[in-house]
Amino acid sequence: MISRKPLVLGNKNYETVTKDICSLVETFPSPMYYLGMGGAQFLLLLYLFAQGMIVWYGMGMMGVNHPVGWGTDIITFVFWIGIGHAGTLISAILFLFRQKWRTSIARSAEAMTVFAVMTAGTFPVLHTGRPWLAYWLLPYPNQRGPLWVNFRSPLVWDVFAVSTYATVSAVFWYIGMVPDLATIRDRAINKWRKRIYGMLSLGWRGTARNWNHYEMVYMLLCGLSTPLVLSVHSIVSFDFAVASLPGWHTTIFPPYFVAGAIFSGFAMVVTLMCIIREVVPVFKDYITLEHMEAMNKIIMTTGLMVGYAYGSEFFIAWYSGSEYEGFTFLNRAFGPYWWSYWIMVSCNVFIPQLFWFRFFRRNIPWMFVISIFVNIGMWFERFVITVTSLHRDFLPSNWGMWVPTLYDFGALFGSFGLFFTLFLLYIRLMPAISIAEVKPVLTVGREGAHGHH
Amino acid sequence: MDIIEKLIHAARPKSRRGVAGIWLDEHKLVAAARKVREAGYTKFEAITPFPLHGIDEAMGIPFSWIPWVTLTFCLTGFAFGTWFTWWASAVDWPLIIGGKPMWSLPAFVPIMFECTILFGALASVGALLYICGLPQIDPPVIDPALSSHKFGLFIPEDDTGYNQAAVEKLLKDNGAVEVKRAEF
Repeated sequence: MISRKPLVLGNKNYETVTKDICSLVETFPSPMYYLGMGGAQFLLLLYLFAQGMIVWYGMGMMGVNHPVGWGTDIITFVFWIGIGHAGTLISAILFLFRQKWRTSIARSAEAMTVFAVMTAGTFPVLHTGRPWLAYWLLPYPNQRGPLWVNFRSPLVWDVFAVSTYATVSAVFWYIGMVPDLATIRDRAINKWRKRIYGMLSLGWRGTARNWNHYEMVYMLLCGLSTPLVLSVHSIVSFDFAVASLPGWHTTIFPPYFVAGAIFSGFAMVVTLMCIIREVVPVFKDYITLEHMEAMNKIIMTTGLMVGYAYGSEFFIAWYSGSEYEGFTFLNRAFGPYWWSYWIMVSCNVFIPQLFWFRFFRRNIPWMFVISIFVNIGMWFERFVITVTSLHRDFLPSNWGMWVPTLYDFGALFGSFGLFFTLFLLYIRLMPAISIAEVKPVLTVGREGAHGHH
Repeated sequence: MDIIEKLIHAARPKSRRGVAGIWLDEHKLVAAARKVREAGYTKFEAITPFPLHGIDEAMGIPFSWIPWVTLTFCLTGFAFGTWFTWWASAVDWPLIIGGKPMWSLPAFVPIMFECTILFGALASVGALLYICGLPQIDPPVIDPALSSHKFGLFIPEDDTGYNQAAVEKLLKDNGAVEVKRAEF
């Protein structure tokens, strides 16, 4: 019989689990943490400066112009939204599939979702050029008629999808944390810590009757988040697919975008977990090599799906017999932006193949590097879709090139500062592993304990 | 006593007095909860650091009714999304866009879907907070370790057939490592 591997190492009991996970909130962090926070703050300042200049002087600061009207803002928006998807996949879909290994990474993956969606949300708002009028995107009663938004537009679908996703994943994340915040409150000796975590925990006391409803709501939220997460990136893909531009107007886009989102999201989870394991050594017992290996397998699988989509797109471009479609794909691979196409293919299809080997799946430095490559590759995937389709469409007189400015780079790299600042604050201030969810899986793979339920 | 303490004190929920027992082993707690229920108590509470499987059955806790709230609000959200897109696009200010019909239903499906999920999710969480009586300001805690590694049972004074000596004996006989008078 194949024995189950333990999900938590170090022979923990309930008390040590509580202590380990709360220790991060209750003690001062390591120098590594401050180093990371310093880097994140620097990038955040860069972001504020770049976006501030763009808002002040206008969109002309960025590279967007005719014919490429969608540049860094839209590419990076899709990139960050995609990152968010793995969090919901881990926390909701793996929960519904009863994958117990998800428990120790679910909380941080969900936090990643929330922060990635927040970071993503800033981009389309700033891309409007006049972000102070961004509320026009919402259908609110107004004095212009009222003139409603155009519900037939994919951009309005996107507003609904992303704002629903942000709301539901934030609520899901918070509700999941309530019992653990109560644990921190009960352990608090400091008066202010007790008050603040007491407020955040909403006065949760963990009675059996409350847990009964709580577990039900948790499952319901998983059930609602699952179709939601699939819809969000489908709708993001509609932003492209509903337009009649060659390279965008394809039915493969929704599943292709969702697979790519999960792929890039898992890569980001691996990146973050490698960092957390270094910053908080005690978490190595909870986020074990088994977890990392499982995620690397998913990266490889979804990488193959993405590779299949690249091949399928090319095939259909030829098989459809459409001259424009065929040209667009040849132009992607061999036109002026050929390098971006091959960066995308190398990072997303070739490099993850290393995960066929157990050595790479279980080696932290290697998987960290590979996950970074996947992140780069997935940013370039969105670059290829957005820029190479727009820059040469039907009429050669309508062709042009897109050249980024320093502000494009500032907005892109700076957004990592926003994301990592939020994420590092979170692991310092919130229970970064679900205390209440890890305890029931302590016995998995342990002989001589109370056995399985 | 500073002003915040005073405010917390004023807003604190009314607590019940009774007897609490503490266990270190969750399996013994489930067995004890079954015994307490068999002894005829109905208003007692089990306090655990994580959801304990088998406790619902041992205490006779019925299946949660929150799914009905979710279903109702999902349907409400769906109906709202359908009605609002139709009313705004075909009734209140009809505009021909892209040569599509005024009520272009397929184009409204994403909005209808998102409204379904949003209403259902928020209503489920609202129902959870309502039924658990949350948020509560600084409710009494029997033992801070009950949210970490200990498991408790609390039998309130107003429960049917409450008798302090009998309750204390019942909890001790069922393996409680600590039995004390408590507020909850």
